[in-house]
Amino acid sequence: MSFDPATLSRILTALTLGFHIIFATIGVGVPVMIMIAEWLGIRKQDPHYILLARRWARGFTVTVAVGVVTGTAIGMQLSLLWPSFMKVAGQVIALPLFMETFAFFFEAIFLGIYLYTWDRFKKPLYHWLFVIPVVIGSSASAFFITTVNAFMNTPQGFTLANGAIAAIEPIKAMFNPATPSKVAHVLASSYLTSAFILAAITAWSILKGKGGEYHRKALRLTMIWGLVFAVGTIVVGDLSGKFLAKYQPEKLAAAEWHFETKPQADLLLGGTLDPETQEVKGALVLPGALSILAGGTTNTEVKGLNDFPQELWPPLYVHYLFDLMVILGMYLAVVAGLFILARAWKKKYEWNPWLLRSIVAGGPLAMIAIELGWMYAEIGRQPWILRGYMKTSEGATMSGDVGQMLILFALLYAVLAIVSTSVLLRMFRNNSPELEMQKRGIQQ
Amino acid sequence: MSLEMIGITVLWIFLYGYVIVASIDFGAGFFSYYGKITGKGEIVNKVINRYLSPVWEVTNVFLIFFIVGIVGFFPDTAYYYGTALLVPGSIALILLAIRGSFYAFNHYGSKTSNVYLFLYGTTGLFIPASLATVLTISEGGFIVEEGSQIRLLMDQLFTSPFSWSVVFLALVSVLFISSSFLTYYANKAEDREAEKVLRSWALFWALPTIFASFLVFVSMRNHNVEHFNAMLNSSWLFVVSMAFFLAALGLIMQRKAYGLAFLFVMLQFASAFFGYGQSHLPYLLYPYITIHDGVTSSVMGEALIWAFIGGLVLLVPSLVLLMKMFLFDAKYVKGQN
Ligand code: HDD
Ligand code: HEM
Ligand code: HEM
Repeated sequence: MSFDPATLSRILTALTLGFHIIFATIGVGVPVMIMIAEWLGIRKQDPHYILLARRWARGFTVTVAVGVVTGTAIGMQLSLLWPSFMKVAGQVIALPLFMETFAFFFEAIFLGIYLYTWDRFKKPLYHWLFVIPVVIGSSASAFFITTVNAFMNTPQGFTLANGAIAAIEPIKAMFNPATPSKVAHVLASSYLTSAFILAAITAWSILKGKGGEYHRKALRLTMIWGLVFAVGTIVVGDLSGKFLAKYQPEKLAAAEWHFETKPQADLLLGGTLDPETQEVKGALVLPGALSILAGGTTNTEVKGLNDFPQELWPPLYVHYLFDLMVILGMYLAVVAGLFILARAWKKKYEWNPWLLRSIVAGGPLAMIAIELGWMYAEIGRQPWILRGYMKTSEGATMSGDVGQMLILFALLYAVLAIVSTSVLLRMFRNNSPELEMQKRGIQQ
Repeated sequence: MSLEMIGITVLWIFLYGYVIVASIDFGAGFFSYYGKITGKGEIVNKVINRYLSPVWEVTNVFLIFFIVGIVGFFPDTAYYYGTALLVPGSIALILLAIRGSFYAFNHYGSKTSNVYLFLYGTTGLFIPASLATVLTISEGGFIVEEGSQIRLLMDQLFTSPFSWSVVFLALVSVLFISSSFLTYYANKAEDREAEKVLRSWALFWALPTIFASFLVFVSMRNHNVEHFNAMLNSSWLFVVSMAFFLAALGLIMQRKAYGLAFLFVMLQFASAFFGYGQSHLPYLLYPYITIHDGVTSSVMGEALIWAFIGGLVLLVPSLVLLMKMFLFDAKYVKGQN
């Protein structure tokens, strides 16, 4: 691989987005959990849930800050690193990008109000109402930005003749075929990941011997919602597969090393590929499962890579990214399911240390699934930046300085990662839930 | 009004909004660091924190809005500025990132740290300097197109007196705008000591602001005569600006009506900013992009305007609510809430 500006731009874009998405995911999902916890607290008049909401919101401020600054970075880098792409695509997708800023605005205003008005109202319900615009704003911004990414996968709503864009239909461009499954999958997986991260922190405290009522309530709450969102994510993931089979078959085929177009196609897990003979060794074969993923029945015909010219194939290692994401999805659903079963079956198994350890692992694993999913979605689109219209190499800047900028930003993200983690740790250690309950006179 | 005029007007209004709120924010960060090292920290910091905490994120969105909007309305700007500004743009971004995140770390984290405060305070001066440089570049002469290559002439930028006078103006304006706002805020909070300190800062930075504006005016003549002449044609706006400045200065000196004084400061900058902007037209980048040939298609332009109207309907009431709860709520301002 040569390090021309286009390659470096891809690496820098991937670095920024890969870093941003960690905080963006938390930014979309955690407000939902805060909303649920505070609502429960008000309805059951249970100060534990209110404290939960309060503490989550406090940690949230730090992740939002990093989300905002990295988001600002990616927003500007789109123009700095992909000027030719933005000049063309910008004419068609300016609308959702523009609306996204309104969604941020809306969210930022109400987040400020929410954070600083905890004890200001006589009726606690009024305070709860302020979290709703935060939830709407953050999910709406995820919606808008994901339509942009969907557009890059299945562009429509314009015509291109001699390099000039004409007949632009902004709404049609936004609601392209990739939009429904992508938006739903991104939202569901953000909620899932946030629920699991909060659960992991709680399970960790319980393992450390802090098993008060407060922690138990927190874990039950996050696990119930974790299960709901896990099932949702898997169902929508299945829809994403059906979308790919219809509109972006080369991406699905690359993920499954599926070369010949045929019905009764098998799903492969793991394995190694000999690119010359197109033979797969050592994979776990699920007969007919790829046809089911693609169309719901084993008789669905699935397009194979050999139907496409080889220079338009995505890199074939996306197979592993896809497999890992799917396995992690199953893992999360199973862990959350086990926890709830254990509780229904025999209460004492609920706090089984191995179960708790699996929940602790689930937090980071969910975030890894997000990263893998995006890597699969973005690398699986290669060599296109705008599928069918513009190659990635044609969209990039020609500046020779991208390499230095890459180093600078890598340093910045390293500092941000280290400092934000230590700030969060310090914040919760110095003010433990036990201390805070004491201070607020809440029974433990 | 034509599509491109509506577009640029809206964007310019937002940029003006950013200049005001960001100046308050940047200057406040600097003062709070300065206060800390000179031992005047306690008083000033209390006032500053109470104002800044709920609004810092909103400030940042103004900037995002401008960037997304200008690329949306005028896609050519992405191509020219995007290519040329990779390095300075990235540096400004890193400064913004350090500033925003360290503010939050310092404020929400359980321990305040002098390092965080230092980063927060000093980046607040470098950011306006680097952002103002984009306006310098838009005057032409620093970006050249050679074949299909677009280059930024860094050494010319660094040795140009015009460029430095703009940086100087940006810095002193930031300090002047924010100290005059914070004087008003301290006064509302009935924090007499903070008010005294902040008022003396406002007076201190007043004259340098006017001097710097004058410098920019003069050096513009050497750098871009066309724009200089256009500015002379709308010179009445600059005269109005001067009048507002004198009125504001008079009020602050007499310790009277700080709120009105700050309104005059805003109007002083508004008239100068719009005078500058109007005379800059039709160019977005001398001599490559004008608003007429750089504008997006009319379908997209109209869609953006509708989105904008819809967005305002949502945002204006929300912003009013925010200001009511924090800026104009007497109990909150005094720290009783
Ligand atoms: C917690 C995270 C997570 C989990 C458990 C899963 N996914 Fe996923 N997946 C994502 C997080 C994600 C994502 C980050 O949200 C992606 C990246 C781009 C996108 O649209 O969503 C994604 C993309 C993505 C795509 C590509 C869509 C496209 O390019 O348009 C497919 C086909 C699937 N997923 C399918 C699945 C299936 C069948 C799963 C079953 C277990 C699954 N995902 C679990
Ligand atoms: C936030 C979620 C996203 C993540 C985590 C993500 C991740 C990635 C990754 C890993 C790459 C590198 C692919 C490669 O080099 O082969 C990439 C490329 C890219 N992404 Fe995304 N992406 C996201 C959403 C988007 C969106 C919404 C846009 C458009 C506005 C976008 C624009 C790009 C561009 C322009 C590139 C470079 C060209 C390319 O390599 O395809 N991405 N992204
Ligand atoms: C699906 C993937 C993404 C999600 C879910 C997401 C979500 C978020 C969230 C929740 C924030 C914090 C906003 C706030 O609290 O004010 C944020 C910030 C931001 N994101 Fe992302 N983002 C994603 C990808 C991207 C991409 C690809 C871009 C680039 C076009 C982008 C641009 C921004 C910008 C500009 C900000 C800063 C806005 C501000 O200053 O408030 N995001 N994003």
